[in-house]
Amino acid sequence: MKTRREKIIDQIFFWRECKEYGLSVWVCPNFLFLVMGILTIVGMLATYEISQGFTEEGFAALLVALVALVIFVPGSIIVQSFEKMATANRMKTEFVSIVSHQLRSPSSAVKWSLNLLMGNRLGDLTPKQKEYLDLVHYNNERMIKLVNDLLNISRIEKGELFLNQNELDVAELIKKVVDSLSPLAKSSNINLNFNPPHNGELKVYGDEVYVGVVIYNLVDNAIRYSKKEGDVEVKAFLIEDKKVRVEVKDNGVGIPKKEQALIFQKFFRSKNIAKHQSDGTGIGLFIAKAVVEQMGGAIGFSSKEDEGSTFWFEVPTGQRKSKKTFI
Amino acid sequence: MSKKILFAEDEEVLLRSLTEILTQEGYDVTGVMDGESAIEQVTKNNPDLILLDLILPKKDGFEVLKSLKAGETTKHIPVIVLTNLESLGDISRALEAGASAYLVKANYDLEDVLKKIEAVLGT
Repeated sequence: MKTRREKIIDQIFFWRECKEYGLSVWVCPNFLFLVMGILTIVGMLATYEISQGFTEEGFAALLVALVALVIFVPGSIIVQSFEKMATANRMKTEFVSIVSHQLRSPSSAVKWSLNLLMGNRLGDLTPKQKEYLDLVHYNNERMIKLVNDLLNISRIEKGELFLNQNELDVAELIKKVVDSLSPLAKSSNINLNFNPPHNGELKVYGDEVYVGVVIYNLVDNAIRYSKKEGDVEVKAFLIEDKKVRVEVKDNGVGIPKKEQALIFQKFFRSKNIAKHQSDGTGIGLFIAKAVVEQMGGAIGFSSKEDEGSTFWFEVPTGQRKSKKTFI
Repeated sequence: MSKKILFAEDEEVLLRSLTEILTQEGYDVTGVMDGESAIEQVTKNNPDLILLDLILPKKDGFEVLKSLKAGETTKHIPVIVLTNLESLGDISRALEAGASAYLVKANYDLEDVLKKIEAVLGT
Protein backbone atom coordinates (compact mmCIF):
# COMPACT_ATOMS: atom_id res chain seq x y z
CA MET A 1 0.00 0.00 0.00
CA LYS A 2 1.14 3.54 -0.72
CA THR A 3 1.67 5.95 2.11
CA ARG A 4 0.04 9.37 2.15
CA ARG A 5 3.29 11.00 1.21
CA GLU A 6 3.73 8.71 -1.79
CA LYS A 7 0.18 9.47 -2.89
CA ILE A 8 0.81 13.21 -2.76
CA ILE A 9 4.06 12.80 -4.71
CA ASP A 10 2.12 10.71 -7.25
CA GLN A 11 -0.30 13.58 -7.71
CA ILE A 12 2.42 16.15 -8.23
CA PHE A 13 4.30 13.95 -10.71
CA PHE A 14 1.05 12.75 -12.28
CA TRP A 15 2.61 11.72 -15.59
CA ARG A 16 4.53 8.94 -13.84
CA GLU A 17 1.30 7.11 -13.10
CA CYS A 18 0.17 7.52 -16.70
CA LYS A 19 3.47 6.18 -17.95
CA GLU A 20 3.17 3.20 -15.63
CA TYR A 21 -0.01 2.22 -17.43
CA GLY A 22 1.30 2.81 -20.91
CA LEU A 23 -0.34 6.18 -21.56
CA SER A 24 1.70 8.92 -23.17
CA VAL A 25 1.56 12.37 -21.59
CA TRP A 26 -0.64 13.76 -24.38
CA VAL A 27 -3.54 11.45 -23.58
CA CYS A 28 -3.01 11.48 -19.81
CA PRO A 29 -6.25 12.77 -18.22
CA ASN A 30 -4.40 14.70 -15.53
CA PHE A 31 -2.30 16.48 -18.12
CA LEU A 32 -5.36 17.27 -20.27
CA PHE A 33 -7.03 18.73 -17.21
CA LEU A 34 -4.08 21.02 -16.64
CA VAL A 35 -4.03 22.11 -20.29
CA MET A 36 -7.75 22.79 -20.13
CA GLY A 37 -7.34 24.92 -17.02
CA ILE A 38 -4.66 27.04 -18.70
CA LEU A 39 -6.77 27.33 -21.85
CA THR A 40 -9.77 28.51 -19.85
CA ILE A 41 -7.74 31.18 -18.10
CA VAL A 42 -6.18 32.35 -21.36
CA GLY A 43 -9.61 32.40 -23.00
CA MET A 44 -11.08 34.43 -20.15
CA LEU A 45 -8.26 36.98 -20.17
CA ALA A 46 -8.38 37.36 -23.93
CA THR A 47 -12.14 37.84 -23.93
CA TYR A 48 -11.82 40.43 -21.20
CA GLU A 49 -9.11 42.34 -23.07
CA ILE A 50 -11.00 42.35 -26.35
CA SER A 51 -14.45 43.08 -24.99
CA GLN A 52 -13.19 45.98 -22.86
CA GLY A 53 -12.58 48.05 -26.00
CA PHE A 54 -16.14 48.10 -27.24
CA THR A 55 -18.53 47.27 -24.46
CA GLU A 56 -19.26 48.29 -20.89
CA GLU A 57 -17.87 46.52 -17.80
CA GLY A 58 -20.95 44.49 -16.88
CA PHE A 59 -21.44 43.01 -20.30
CA ALA A 60 -17.72 42.21 -20.55
CA ALA A 61 -17.94 40.20 -17.35
CA LEU A 62 -20.91 38.29 -18.74
CA LEU A 63 -19.01 37.55 -21.96
CA VAL A 64 -16.01 36.28 -20.00
CA ALA A 65 -18.23 33.97 -17.99
CA LEU A 66 -19.89 32.71 -21.14
CA VAL A 67 -16.59 31.98 -22.89
CA ALA A 68 -15.28 30.21 -19.77
CA LEU A 69 -18.41 28.03 -19.74
CA VAL A 70 -18.13 27.20 -23.45
CA ILE A 71 -14.50 26.09 -23.04
CA PHE A 72 -14.92 24.37 -19.71
CA VAL A 73 -18.03 22.23 -20.12
CA PRO A 74 -17.20 20.26 -23.29
CA GLY A 75 -13.56 20.19 -22.25
CA SER A 76 -14.25 18.59 -18.91
CA ILE A 77 -16.61 16.07 -20.50
CA ILE A 78 -13.81 14.99 -22.83
CA VAL A 79 -11.28 14.80 -20.02
CA GLN A 80 -13.71 12.76 -17.93
CA SER A 81 -14.28 10.24 -20.66
CA PHE A 82 -10.53 9.93 -21.16
CA GLU A 83 -10.19 9.31 -17.45
CA LYS A 84 -12.86 6.61 -17.54
CA MET A 85 -11.08 4.82 -20.36
CA ALA A 86 -7.74 5.09 -18.62
CA THR A 87 -9.21 3.69 -15.39
CA ALA A 88 -10.88 0.82 -17.24
CA ASN A 89 -7.62 0.02 -18.99
CA ARG A 90 -5.68 0.11 -15.75
CA MET A 91 -8.22 -2.12 -14.00
CA LYS A 92 -8.02 -4.62 -16.83
CA THR A 93 -4.23 -4.75 -16.65
CA GLU A 94 -4.32 -5.16 -12.88
CA PHE A 95 -7.04 -7.81 -13.11
CA VAL A 96 -5.03 -9.87 -15.58
CA SER A 97 -1.95 -9.54 -13.40
CA ILE A 98 -3.75 -10.55 -10.18
CA VAL A 99 -5.59 -13.48 -11.76
CA SER A 100 -2.45 -14.83 -13.36
CA HIS A 101 -0.52 -14.62 -10.11
CA GLN A 102 -3.33 -16.46 -8.35
CA LEU A 103 -3.28 -19.16 -11.04
CA ARG A 104 0.41 -19.71 -10.51
CA SER A 105 -0.09 -20.94 -6.97
CA PRO A 106 -2.13 -24.06 -7.80
CA SER A 107 -0.13 -24.81 -10.94
CA SER A 108 3.15 -24.73 -9.06
CA ALA A 109 1.60 -27.01 -6.41
CA VAL A 110 0.65 -29.46 -9.17
CA LYS A 111 4.09 -29.14 -10.74
CA TRP A 112 6.00 -29.96 -7.57
CA SER A 113 3.71 -32.86 -6.64
CA LEU A 114 4.18 -34.29 -10.14
CA ASN A 115 7.95 -33.83 -9.84
CA LEU A 116 7.89 -36.03 -6.72
CA LEU A 117 5.73 -38.72 -8.31
CA MET A 118 7.52 -38.78 -11.66
CA GLY A 119 10.96 -38.71 -10.09
CA ASN A 120 10.00 -42.00 -8.40
CA ARG A 121 10.62 -40.40 -5.05
CA LEU A 122 7.34 -41.75 -3.65
CA GLY A 123 7.81 -45.26 -5.00
CA ASP A 124 8.00 -46.84 -8.44
CA LEU A 125 5.29 -46.24 -11.00
CA THR A 126 3.84 -48.63 -13.54
CA PRO A 127 4.39 -47.61 -17.19
CA LYS A 128 0.71 -46.82 -17.55
CA GLN A 129 0.70 -44.58 -14.46
CA LYS A 130 3.77 -42.84 -15.80
CA GLU A 131 2.12 -42.34 -19.17
CA TYR A 132 -0.86 -40.57 -17.59
CA LEU A 133 1.31 -38.48 -15.31
CA ASP A 134 3.26 -37.39 -18.40
CA LEU A 135 -0.01 -36.17 -19.86
CA VAL A 136 -0.93 -34.29 -16.69
CA HIS A 137 2.55 -32.79 -16.62
CA TYR A 138 2.36 -31.70 -20.26
CA ASN A 139 -0.98 -30.01 -19.68
CA ASN A 140 0.10 -28.34 -16.48
CA GLU A 141 3.16 -26.93 -18.27
CA ARG A 142 0.82 -25.65 -20.97
CA MET A 143 -1.18 -23.84 -18.34
CA ILE A 144 1.97 -22.35 -16.80
CA LYS A 145 3.04 -21.11 -20.24
CA LEU A 146 -0.35 -19.53 -20.78
CA VAL A 147 -0.20 -17.77 -17.41
CA ASN A 148 3.35 -16.58 -18.16
CA ASP A 149 2.12 -15.23 -21.50
CA LEU A 150 -0.65 -13.29 -19.76
CA LEU A 151 1.81 -11.89 -17.25
CA ASN A 152 4.11 -10.90 -20.10
CA ILE A 153 1.28 -8.97 -21.71
CA SER A 154 0.64 -6.94 -18.61
CA ARG A 155 4.38 -6.42 -18.24
CA ILE A 156 4.65 -5.17 -21.81
CA GLU A 157 1.70 -2.84 -21.26
CA LYS A 158 3.19 -1.43 -18.08
CA GLY A 159 6.59 -1.06 -19.75
CA GLU A 160 8.15 -3.50 -17.29
CA LEU A 161 9.36 -6.24 -19.58
CA PHE A 162 12.88 -6.86 -18.43
CA LEU A 163 15.31 -8.48 -20.88
CA ASN A 164 18.82 -9.67 -20.13
CA GLN A 165 21.59 -9.01 -22.62
CA ASN A 166 23.71 -12.12 -22.82
CA GLU A 167 25.60 -13.48 -25.78
CA LEU A 168 23.38 -16.06 -27.50
CA ASP A 169 23.78 -18.45 -30.38
CA VAL A 170 20.55 -18.22 -32.37
CA ALA A 171 21.22 -21.51 -34.16
CA GLU A 172 21.51 -23.31 -30.80
CA LEU A 173 18.21 -21.80 -29.66
CA ILE A 174 16.48 -22.85 -32.90
CA LYS A 175 17.82 -26.39 -32.51
CA LYS A 176 16.39 -26.58 -28.99
CA VAL A 177 13.00 -25.31 -30.15
CA VAL A 178 12.93 -27.69 -33.14
CA ASP A 179 13.78 -30.61 -30.83
CA SER A 180 11.05 -29.73 -28.35
CA LEU A 181 8.47 -29.27 -31.11
CA SER A 182 9.33 -32.27 -33.26
CA PRO A 183 6.87 -34.58 -31.41
CA LEU A 184 4.08 -32.11 -32.22
CA ALA A 185 5.25 -31.94 -35.86
CA LYS A 186 5.42 -35.72 -36.12
CA SER A 187 1.95 -36.22 -34.70
CA SER A 188 0.62 -33.69 -37.23
CA ASN A 189 2.47 -35.28 -40.19
CA ILE A 190 4.59 -32.20 -40.71
CA ASN A 191 8.21 -32.28 -41.86
CA LEU A 192 10.04 -29.86 -39.64
CA ASN A 193 13.41 -28.88 -41.11
CA PHE A 194 16.28 -26.74 -39.92
CA ASN A 195 19.71 -26.74 -41.53
CA PRO A 196 21.99 -24.88 -39.14
CA PRO A 197 24.75 -22.74 -40.67
CA HIS A 198 28.36 -23.05 -39.50
CA ASN A 199 28.63 -23.22 -35.75
CA GLY A 200 28.86 -20.05 -33.76
CA GLU A 201 28.03 -17.81 -36.70
CA LEU A 202 24.76 -16.41 -35.46
CA LYS A 203 25.62 -14.59 -32.26
CA VAL A 204 23.33 -11.90 -30.86
CA TYR A 205 22.91 -10.18 -27.50
CA GLY A 206 19.61 -10.89 -25.87
CA ASP A 207 17.60 -12.77 -23.29
CA GLU A 208 17.82 -16.50 -23.83
CA VAL A 209 14.35 -17.19 -22.44
CA TYR A 210 12.57 -14.50 -24.43
CA VAL A 211 14.40 -15.05 -27.73
CA GLY A 212 13.53 -18.71 -27.24
CA VAL A 213 9.88 -17.72 -26.77
CA VAL A 214 9.94 -15.73 -30.03
CA ILE A 215 11.33 -18.66 -32.03
CA TYR A 216 9.05 -21.12 -30.26
CA ASN A 217 5.95 -19.07 -31.03
CA LEU A 218 6.81 -18.76 -34.73
CA VAL A 219 7.60 -22.45 -35.22
CA ASP A 220 4.66 -23.56 -33.09
CA ASN A 221 2.31 -21.39 -35.18
CA ALA A 222 3.78 -22.72 -38.42
CA ILE A 223 3.12 -26.31 -37.34
CA ARG A 224 -0.35 -25.64 -35.97
CA TYR A 225 -1.51 -23.70 -38.99
CA SER A 226 -0.18 -26.16 -41.55
CA LYS A 227 -2.66 -28.34 -43.34
CA LYS A 228 -2.88 -32.04 -42.61
CA GLU A 229 0.45 -32.73 -44.26
CA GLY A 230 3.09 -30.16 -44.97
CA ASP A 231 6.56 -28.78 -44.56
CA VAL A 232 7.83 -26.25 -42.09
CA GLU A 233 11.24 -24.89 -42.87
CA VAL A 234 13.32 -22.81 -40.50
CA LYS A 235 16.21 -20.79 -41.91
CA ALA A 236 18.68 -18.54 -40.15
CA PHE A 237 21.45 -16.50 -41.68
CA LEU A 238 23.62 -13.45 -41.29
CA ILE A 239 22.96 -10.21 -43.19
CA GLU A 240 26.09 -8.15 -43.86
CA ASP A 241 27.50 -9.10 -40.46
CA LYS A 242 25.01 -6.69 -38.92
CA LYS A 243 21.86 -8.67 -38.39
CA VAL A 244 20.69 -12.20 -37.86
CA ARG A 245 17.59 -13.07 -39.86
CA VAL A 246 15.36 -16.00 -38.98
CA GLU A 247 12.66 -17.22 -41.34
CA VAL A 248 9.93 -19.76 -40.64
CA LYS A 249 8.12 -20.91 -43.76
CA ASP A 250 5.03 -23.10 -43.90
CA ASN A 251 2.67 -24.17 -46.68
CA GLY A 252 -0.38 -24.03 -44.49
CA VAL A 253 -3.65 -22.15 -44.37
CA GLY A 254 -2.19 -18.65 -44.77
CA ILE A 255 -3.68 -15.39 -43.59
CA PRO A 256 -6.49 -13.64 -45.49
CA LYS A 257 -5.37 -10.32 -46.96
CA LYS A 258 -7.83 -8.15 -45.07
CA GLU A 259 -6.74 -9.57 -41.73
CA GLN A 260 -3.02 -9.19 -42.31
CA ALA A 261 -2.84 -5.72 -40.78
CA LEU A 262 -4.13 -7.04 -37.45
CA ILE A 263 -1.82 -9.99 -37.04
CA PHE A 264 0.50 -8.61 -34.34
CA GLN A 265 -2.31 -7.25 -32.19
CA LYS A 266 -2.89 -8.96 -28.90
CA PHE A 267 -5.69 -11.52 -28.73
CA PHE A 268 -6.11 -11.39 -32.49
CA ARG A 269 -6.95 -14.65 -34.23
CA SER A 270 -7.64 -14.92 -37.92
CA LYS A 271 -11.11 -16.21 -38.86
CA ASN A 272 -9.91 -18.99 -41.16
CA ILE A 273 -7.51 -20.17 -38.47
CA ALA A 274 -10.26 -20.84 -35.96
CA LYS A 275 -11.52 -23.59 -38.29
CA HIS A 276 -8.19 -25.41 -38.24
CA GLN A 277 -7.08 -24.82 -34.68
CA SER A 278 -9.38 -24.10 -31.80
CA ASP A 279 -6.39 -23.95 -29.51
CA GLY A 280 -4.65 -20.60 -29.38
CA THR A 281 -4.94 -17.25 -27.72
CA GLY A 282 -3.47 -14.71 -30.09
CA ILE A 283 -0.82 -13.75 -27.56
CA GLY A 284 2.31 -15.30 -29.07
CA LEU A 285 2.94 -12.90 -31.93
CA PHE A 286 2.16 -9.86 -29.78
CA ILE A 287 4.86 -10.94 -27.33
CA ALA A 288 7.26 -11.83 -30.15
CA LYS A 289 6.92 -8.36 -31.63
CA ALA A 290 7.50 -6.63 -28.29
CA VAL A 291 10.63 -8.70 -27.59
CA VAL A 292 12.14 -8.27 -31.08
CA GLU A 293 11.50 -4.54 -31.08
CA GLN A 294 12.98 -4.12 -27.64
CA MET A 295 16.12 -5.79 -28.98
CA GLY A 296 16.24 -3.13 -31.69
CA GLY A 297 15.06 -5.53 -34.40
CA ALA A 298 12.08 -5.96 -36.70
CA ILE A 299 9.49 -8.66 -37.31
CA GLY A 300 7.16 -9.30 -40.24
CA PHE A 301 5.61 -11.84 -42.59
CA SER A 302 4.34 -12.51 -46.04
CA SER A 303 1.32 -14.72 -46.55
CA LYS A 304 -1.17 -15.95 -49.09
CA GLU A 305 -4.42 -17.63 -48.15
CA ASP A 306 -4.35 -21.40 -48.78
CA GLU A 307 -0.70 -21.27 -49.85
CA GLY A 308 1.13 -20.55 -46.63
CA SER A 309 3.04 -17.95 -44.68
CA THR A 310 6.64 -16.97 -44.03
CA PHE A 311 7.29 -15.22 -40.75
CA TRP A 312 10.67 -13.58 -40.21
CA PHE A 313 12.50 -11.50 -37.70
CA GLU A 314 15.83 -9.69 -37.74
CA VAL A 315 17.88 -8.70 -34.72
CA PRO A 316 21.17 -6.77 -34.64
CA THR A 317 24.34 -8.72 -33.83
CA GLY A 318 25.97 -5.94 -31.83
CA GLN A 319 25.52 -5.24 -28.15
CA ARG A 320 23.13 -2.44 -27.34
CA LYS A 321 24.35 0.55 -25.40
CA SER A 322 22.58 -0.02 -22.11
CA LYS A 323 23.17 -3.28 -20.34
CA LYS A 324 19.60 -3.51 -19.15
CA THR A 325 16.74 -2.29 -21.26
CA PHE A 326 13.09 -1.66 -20.70
CA ILE A 327 10.37 -1.14 -23.25
CA MET B 1 25.42 -33.55 11.27
CA SER B 2 22.75 -32.79 8.71
CA LYS B 3 22.18 -29.19 7.71
CA LYS B 4 19.13 -27.42 9.08
CA ILE B 5 16.71 -25.70 6.72
CA LEU B 6 13.80 -23.49 7.68
CA PHE B 7 11.02 -23.33 5.09
CA ALA B 8 8.35 -20.61 5.38
CA GLU B 9 5.45 -21.32 3.00
CA ASP B 10 1.71 -21.00 3.54
CA GLU B 11 0.66 -23.30 0.69
CA GLU B 12 0.50 -26.77 2.25
CA VAL B 13 1.17 -28.79 -0.92
CA LEU B 14 4.29 -26.79 -1.69
CA LEU B 15 5.48 -27.02 1.89
CA ARG B 16 4.97 -30.79 1.95
CA SER B 17 6.48 -31.60 -1.44
CA LEU B 18 9.69 -29.62 -0.98
CA THR B 19 10.03 -30.86 2.62
CA GLU B 20 9.67 -34.42 1.33
CA ILE B 21 12.46 -34.15 -1.24
CA LEU B 22 14.76 -32.29 1.18
CA THR B 23 14.21 -34.89 3.91
CA GLN B 24 14.99 -37.65 1.41
CA GLU B 25 18.23 -35.86 0.61
CA GLY B 26 19.13 -35.90 4.30
CA TYR B 27 18.36 -32.34 5.35
CA ASP B 28 16.70 -31.46 8.64
CA VAL B 29 13.68 -29.37 7.57
CA THR B 30 11.37 -27.29 9.74
CA GLY B 31 8.27 -25.91 8.06
CA VAL B 32 6.36 -22.83 9.18
CA MET B 33 3.27 -21.30 7.64
CA ASP B 34 3.52 -17.63 8.61
CA GLY B 35 6.08 -14.87 8.95
CA GLU B 36 5.99 -14.49 12.72
CA SER B 37 6.72 -18.17 13.35
CA ALA B 38 9.51 -17.95 10.78
CA ILE B 39 11.32 -15.30 12.83
CA GLU B 40 10.60 -17.21 16.05
CA GLN B 41 12.01 -20.45 14.65
CA VAL B 42 15.14 -18.80 13.28
CA THR B 43 16.15 -17.50 16.70
CA LYS B 44 15.28 -20.81 18.35
CA ASN B 45 16.77 -23.18 15.79
CA ASN B 46 19.59 -21.26 14.11
CA PRO B 47 19.17 -22.91 10.67
CA ASP B 48 21.87 -23.06 7.98
CA LEU B 49 19.49 -21.84 5.28
CA ILE B 50 16.07 -20.18 5.04
CA LEU B 51 13.60 -20.74 2.20
CA LEU B 52 11.17 -17.86 2.22
CA ASP B 53 7.89 -17.22 0.43
CA LEU B 54 7.04 -13.53 0.00
CA ILE B 55 3.29 -13.62 0.55
CA LEU B 56 2.82 -14.95 4.06
CA PRO B 57 0.21 -14.31 6.76
CA LYS B 58 0.98 -12.20 9.85
CA LYS B 59 4.32 -10.89 8.52
CA ASP B 60 5.16 -10.95 4.83
CA GLY B 61 8.46 -12.16 3.41
CA PHE B 62 9.92 -8.68 2.99
CA GLU B 63 9.35 -7.92 6.68
CA VAL B 64 10.84 -11.26 7.70
CA LEU B 65 13.88 -10.62 5.50
CA LYS B 66 14.31 -7.15 6.95
CA SER B 67 14.14 -8.29 10.54
CA LEU B 68 16.52 -11.22 9.91
CA LYS B 69 19.10 -9.04 8.20
CA ALA B 70 18.87 -6.54 11.07
CA GLY B 71 19.68 -9.17 13.72
CA GLU B 72 23.37 -9.69 14.58
CA THR B 73 23.02 -13.46 14.98
CA THR B 74 20.71 -14.00 12.03
CA LYS B 75 22.05 -11.72 9.32
CA HIS B 76 24.63 -14.19 8.00
CA ILE B 77 22.09 -16.97 7.33
CA PRO B 78 21.51 -17.25 3.56
CA VAL B 79 17.92 -16.75 2.39
CA ILE B 80 16.48 -18.15 -0.86
CA VAL B 81 13.27 -16.41 -1.85
CA LEU B 82 10.75 -18.85 -3.32
CA THR B 83 7.77 -17.01 -4.70
CA ASN B 84 5.39 -16.61 -7.58
CA LEU B 85 5.76 -12.83 -7.69
CA GLU B 86 7.95 -11.74 -10.52
CA SER B 87 7.73 -8.01 -11.04
CA LEU B 88 11.01 -6.20 -11.37
CA GLY B 89 10.17 -4.20 -8.24
CA ASP B 90 9.67 -7.33 -6.11
CA ILE B 91 12.86 -8.98 -7.36
CA SER B 92 15.09 -5.99 -6.73
CA ARG B 93 13.41 -5.28 -3.39
CA ALA B 94 14.10 -8.83 -2.20
CA LEU B 95 17.69 -8.87 -3.47
CA GLU B 96 18.41 -5.45 -1.97
CA ALA B 97 16.99 -6.67 1.34
CA GLY B 98 19.65 -9.37 1.33
CA ALA B 99 18.20 -12.48 -0.36
CA SER B 100 20.84 -14.81 -1.84
CA ALA B 101 18.66 -16.10 -4.67
CA TYR B 102 15.23 -15.45 -6.14
CA LEU B 103 13.28 -18.37 -7.63
CA VAL B 104 9.85 -18.32 -9.24
CA LYS B 105 8.06 -21.47 -8.09
CA ALA B 106 5.98 -22.01 -11.21
CA ASN B 107 9.07 -21.92 -13.41
CA TYR B 108 11.31 -24.27 -11.43
CA ASP B 109 11.18 -28.03 -11.02
CA LEU B 110 11.71 -29.42 -7.54
CA GLU B 111 15.04 -30.91 -8.63
CA ASP B 112 16.18 -27.46 -9.85
CA VAL B 113 15.26 -25.95 -6.49
CA LEU B 114 17.22 -28.74 -4.80
CA LYS B 115 20.28 -27.97 -6.93
CA LYS B 116 20.05 -24.29 -6.05
CA ILE B 117 19.85 -25.14 -2.35
CA GLU B 118 22.90 -27.40 -2.65
CA ALA B 119 24.78 -24.62 -4.43
CA VAL B 120 23.99 -22.05 -1.75
CA LEU B 121 24.86 -24.48 1.08
CA GLY B 122 27.94 -25.74 -0.72
CA THR B 123 26.94 -29.39 -0.25
